[in-house]
Amino acid sequence: MLASRSWLSRPLHERSTRLFLGVLIAALAVVSLLNLALPAGHPLHVSTYTVTLLGKYLCYALLAVAVDLVWGYLGILSLGHGAFFALGGYAMGMYLMRQIGDRGVYGDPVLPDFMVFLDWQSLPWYWHGFDMAWFALLTVLLAPGLLALVFGFLAFRSRVTGVYLSIITQALTFALMLAFFRNEMGFGGNNGLTDFKELLGFDLTADATRLWLFLATGMALALGYVLCRAIVASKLGRVCVATRDAEARTRFLGYRVERFQLFVFVVSAMLAGVAGALYVPQVGIINPGEFSPIFSIEIVLWVALGGRGTLYGAVIGALLVNYAKTVFTGVMPEAWLFALGGLFVLVTVLLPKGIAGLLAYRRPRRADPDPSTTPGEASA
Amino acid sequence: MNFLTSLADRDRVFDFLVPVDSPVDVRHGPILYLEDVTVSFDGFRAIDRLNLTIDDGELRCIIGPNGAGKTTMMDIITGKTRPDTGQVWFGSRHNLLTMNEPAIASLGIGRKFQKPTTFEALTVFENLELAMAADKRILPTLTARTTGEIRARIEEVMTTIGLVELRHRPAGILSHGQKQWLEIGMLLMQRPRLLLVDEPVAGMTEQEMERTAELLTGLAGQQSVVVVEHDMGFVRSIARTVTVLHQGSVLAEGSMNQVSMDPRVVEVYLGAEADEEVA
Amino acid sequence: MRMIRALVPGLLLWLLVGLVPSAQAQTPGQDPAGQALLEALDTRSYADKGEAIAALVASGDERTRRWLEALLAGKLQRQEDTGRFIVVLENRGRHWPVVDALSFEAAGEMSRRELDRIGINNALRGQLQSTLAVLDLRVDDVGARREAARELLGNIEAAMLPPLQALVADEADGEVKRLLAQAIAIHRLEQGDAAAVEGLAGSLNPEARAALSAAARSDDAALAEAASGALADIEQKLKLNRGVETLYFGLSLGSVLVLAAIGLAITFGVMGVINMAHGELMMLGAYTTWGMQQLLPGQPGLALILAIPAGFLVAALAGIAIERSVIQFLKGRPLETLLATFGVSLILQQLVRTLISPLNRTVVSPEWMSGSLMINEGLSLTLNRLFVLGFALLVFAGLMLVMRRTRLGLEVRAVTQNRAMARSMGIRATRVDILTFALGSGVAGLAGVALSQLTNVGPNLGQNYIIDSFMVVVFGGVGNLWGTLVAGLSLGVINQVLEPWAGAVLAKILVLVFIILFIQKRPRGLFPQKGRAAEG
Repeated sequence: MLASRSWLSRPLHERSTRLFLGVLIAALAVVSLLNLALPAGHPLHVSTYTVTLLGKYLCYALLAVAVDLVWGYLGILSLGHGAFFALGGYAMGMYLMRQIGDRGVYGDPVLPDFMVFLDWQSLPWYWHGFDMAWFALLTVLLAPGLLALVFGFLAFRSRVTGVYLSIITQALTFALMLAFFRNEMGFGGNNGLTDFKELLGFDLTADATRLWLFLATGMALALGYVLCRAIVASKLGRVCVATRDAEARTRFLGYRVERFQLFVFVVSAMLAGVAGALYVPQVGIINPGEFSPIFSIEIVLWVALGGRGTLYGAVIGALLVNYAKTVFTGVMPEAWLFALGGLFVLVTVLLPKGIAGLLAYRRPRRADPDPSTTPGEASA
Repeated sequence: MNFLTSLADRDRVFDFLVPVDSPVDVRHGPILYLEDVTVSFDGFRAIDRLNLTIDDGELRCIIGPNGAGKTTMMDIITGKTRPDTGQVWFGSRHNLLTMNEPAIASLGIGRKFQKPTTFEALTVFENLELAMAADKRILPTLTARTTGEIRARIEEVMTTIGLVELRHRPAGILSHGQKQWLEIGMLLMQRPRLLLVDEPVAGMTEQEMERTAELLTGLAGQQSVVVVEHDMGFVRSIARTVTVLHQGSVLAEGSMNQVSMDPRVVEVYLGAEADEEVA
Repeated sequence: MRMIRALVPGLLLWLLVGLVPSAQAQTPGQDPAGQALLEALDTRSYADKGEAIAALVASGDERTRRWLEALLAGKLQRQEDTGRFIVVLENRGRHWPVVDALSFEAAGEMSRRELDRIGINNALRGQLQSTLAVLDLRVDDVGARREAARELLGNIEAAMLPPLQALVADEADGEVKRLLAQAIAIHRLEQGDAAAVEGLAGSLNPEARAALSAAARSDDAALAEAASGALADIEQKLKLNRGVETLYFGLSLGSVLVLAAIGLAITFGVMGVINMAHGELMMLGAYTTWGMQQLLPGQPGLALILAIPAGFLVAALAGIAIERSVIQFLKGRPLETLLATFGVSLILQQLVRTLISPLNRTVVSPEWMSGSLMINEGLSLTLNRLFVLGFALLVFAGLMLVMRRTRLGLEVRAVTQNRAMARSMGIRATRVDILTFALGSGVAGLAGVALSQLTNVGPNLGQNYIIDSFMVVVFGGVGNLWGTLVAGLSLGVINQVLEPWAGAVLAKILVLVFIILFIQKRPRGLFPQKGRAAEG
């Protein structure tokens, strides 16, 4: 056995993953090039505005991958993944708020503007540490991860599954939304966190920073994709699929199903948190709206449209729906909700396997763990 | 990366290949022991003061009309249903009532469901791979590899159940009989001490039934097998000892001949058949 | 005695006036009776003035109140030259705007020099005040009498006591009597009469409570003790009141939840269908009410009653449309149904925004639903909430009847328990599905009609209730209508109990968290379905 052939590198030998990574990296390179090399007036020039917009889409794509991991492979329809996304976003937002320092409207060196406005005297305890980037980044992973751990532990232990789980995940994000709307929570209430100035010392309004953020998001998507791919291609991934299709049977085989569910759920929540953290500096604001149940359901639609249980389908779906949203809301905002609503109906009724299902229609089934095709086997 | 690699290199995945001493204490004879077990749903007693003892290595058939409590009994042994009263012991050491399904499964009790339950999206190969006795914790599962030995074992079982050609087909496309076989194969992969087999030959052809009978009788001796079956011909062909369940408790026990002579059994069966005709 | 003496000439005058057609008297010449009444006031003797006032009251002239008020304020005056009586509107500056005292029509401005004020002394002031108070207590309308009596609480002058006491004896209405007795007791208490405490025991009136707490601080030890005892008693009663009020609000909120959830319980419990558009079906019901009121302007009550069947029909038809166009294709895929119906909910919302308006519409409450039911002085229950509570219980009872006593109910239960078996016994499962869904949707429409009486009717109406209603269904146990009722009402009450302590938003969050935790403990709700069928 070769040491390098670890479970994590396994997807790198899959054709579909290589294709995905190739397209992604090429797209990143082309966008950067068109942004940097061409003058602003050139017809092919990609403006920084567009770069940021694309960066936002990529955040959504990562979020969709996270949802697909639990929905497509574990059969858990989470209607609360927006909560994990928002928690990651808030962690990043708190760091960015602390970076503002005394450049805020009220010029207080420590307190963010909204706290000065509310006449708070000192920083709440949970805001400490967010002036350090490493701490904030750790929180980006830990806050959603912990929430998923506690929530998932309770839910999976008592075997809450199916629609029940969907409904209580929805209640979870709804409760969090209400909580974050409260000024007393110390997260800026209704307005959320905004007016960010710089990230790791780089000016957030600068074109270069924006491009770097876009590239970082692209890399995060690539890494997240490979991680998820590695999980689903492992035996653990097959246990997930087994759980999805016949939970009781999996238990009788001796797998502690609830632990597998919890593990994957927490990984997925952390990925959603990372997506949120990358989202916030690009759009420049985080507010309780991200906790709204509608947003969480929308994420599920992206995955459904792209085709669940494929991961790349989630990416395609997220990009398509959000591009359509940008176009629609610009041209005829009235029609957007009709289009979105219609999409929900059409995809579920007519296209249950999504776009990926259409793509795979003529292709043979994916490679099985066969000695001749799977690298792990070949070395054995 | 190195950390993860090191995880992969640790050989605990292969633990199952090392013959481990069974933790199940069968020195006193019985491998499964049910005493005074009662369970009711909404006032209806599905199991009523049931007593049952299965010896190590025994092949036992359990018959009984519909609603006699056969499936519920399986549910109790595998930890799916908790009885209201009574005791269930595996060997003389393990109180099954204190354990959940995965723990009971890891002890070495395998179960085939009445309705064949396979993982339809996974291939035959993958179904068997998942069923195999292995370290079933999260990280070992994540880093597990399909080694040559594993492959050989799976091949062996696939040959036994006659699904070699279909190894890369998803289980969902198999015929009913093939699914039954696959599920039996999954049981074999588990290498359990006790197999609970619920209606193994439903939907099988005559030939398939013969092979199943062969297989099950072949297993007995090394492993204990409890078969719940409706098909009397099949029961007759494999049974040494037969237990008749009726209304949640044991009506009769003995050899097939003894049992079929028992007037109470005859009455129950004739009565049940008459009922079915009316329905 | 004095009263009677004062009344006799008044009575005579009244007889006189009765002979003259008094209507529409414009000038002193045309209204001699009025003029005569006022003339009597213009005398030097205060005693005579007092009698004149009594005569005025006895005359029953409808202008009496305004005259006396003007007299009390020193605004009833007489033009020196003409002898005409006027009422000063504004006595500032040199020239005052005035109205004629008989016709109360504007009479231009007059210089203060040409006017003579009809003066009063302190004794007369007292008499006037009590007379005025008593005046309102003499009217025939019981409601007005009660109102007047309530006004008197804490506003009694010593001079008013004798006529009031006389009135208490004559009063026929118990409530007026009680109020007057209390008003007198408050006055006595203020005078330091410890015996008055008894009259106020158990009163929930804030004036009585203020008087008692003032008395409780007095130097008179006996009085203070008696008053504090009575106060403690009242506090006890108030606590009970608040408890009842919280319970009422809780039940009211709960009844809304039950209405919203019960239709969902049917579709979710019976068909296993997650209908995310349920809230929008409620919205349709609410808009139907609004539409009815547009069709029948000026008759909000009739419109509301008609809206009940109309709302049911509209929502039920919409439900059938949803079932036929979407849900029937998603049998056995509850999660997909959830997504598809969510799409439908978005479309319905946007449809209303586009076709009607994105803004909220007001639905008028008919008169018989506004106002409140007064239980006691500290507690009144708003009628509209009471109606909605009753309506919710009616709808629940109706549904129970449908499920228990009709063929449809039987078939629905059969299909729920074993679809294949039901089919093989000749039940047309598809038809049952359609009817069940129509029923559940129709009930949502009814909920919308009821909601239109409590909240704004807008495109987001449904969204605000959908999560709550799912919580109720899950909490109560799927497929159990009683569970939905109990869960809805208890969640409403829990919410209201928490609210004063935690605030509205936090209370809601706590309830959500409570349910999330509850589901962990009892994944199948308060009243789970038992048996092998539910084990799967």
